[in-house]
Amino acid sequence: MIKRFTVLLLLAGLATIFVSLALGYVPDSSLNYSALYYADNTVSDTGAANIVTAIIVTYRGLDTLGEVTVLFLTAAIVGLVLKRGAKAGKGKPMLASGELLCTGSGLLVPLILLLGVYVFVNGHLTPGGGFQGGAILASGIMLVLLTNPMRHFSHRLIAVIESVSGLAFITVGILGIILAAGFLDNSLLPKGTLGELFSAGTIPVVYSFIGLKVGAEFSSMLVNLSETEGS
Amino acid sequence: MSTLLLGMSVVLVIAMIVTALVAISERRLSIAILSAGLVSLIASVLFLLLAAPDVAMTEAAIGSALTTFLFFFVLGRVRGESDD
Repeated sequence: MIKRFTVLLLLAGLATIFVSLALGYVPDSSLNYSALYYADNTVSDTGAANIVTAIIVTYRGLDTLGEVTVLFLTAAIVGLVLKRGAKAGKGKPMLASGELLCTGSGLLVPLILLLGVYVFVNGHLTPGGGFQGGAILASGIMLVLLTNPMRHFSHRLIAVIESVSGLAFITVGILGIILAAGFLDNSLLPKGTLGELFSAGTIPVVYSFIGLKVGAEFSSMLVNLSETEGS
Repeated sequence: MSTLLLGMSVVLVIAMIVTALVAISERRLSIAILSAGLVSLIASVLFLLLAAPDVAMTEAAIGSALTTFLFFFVLGRVRGESDD
């Protein structure tokens, strides 16, 4: 009774807060100070057509490094915990996947992987970028695993992709300190013409490495999960 | 925001609330997991309507694909192999 009353009280409180926020909402007529800076100066500073990518990779590059590190720690801990579980594959064979899933995944997996690579290579031009592209890559791997859970993926290959792209990300950042204005400064490479693939300095390079790293981390989690299934 | 977009958002928000209620009240776990994934999918469409395509892509890939997959894996492990 008391529990239910507390929940109701909490809901009523939240409703009051949200209703008062919604009633007092007035849309901004202009951008605020920092948004105005980004909108005005992103193109001349970085040459990237997508302002969000310019902020994530260049203006707030250090935060992105932290974000990637958090993801890496998560993947490492998932691997550590699941390694203690029993290995699957020794028991009775599982039922084969349906024909629809098999045919569909044969058709879709290459397209999904291509879309993932497209999203992170074009991160400075179109919406999306390393994190989104990496997650799309991992969902391609997920479809392969759904079709054939016994399929073996090389852990060594995933680990090599993950660590090489992580190292390359940090190397580009440190080269920015030495050769350009600061950590992850993108003027190492020429800015190029706005809207072309090879433009915006090092942003496409860095975002491709982030995409590979995120894709490898998510894939390692999925592969670890599927290998310990059925213990 | 035009009237069409506003109408779409209202419909989507109502659908999202309904699927969220299904997700917490449904007794069959697989249906509940699927509706939780559907909540994320609708949320990603809403992000797209609110002009945040980057967030929408993340939500669609992680929220509705990878999380649903993770829940199904865990469900399979908890139940054992018999009744997948």
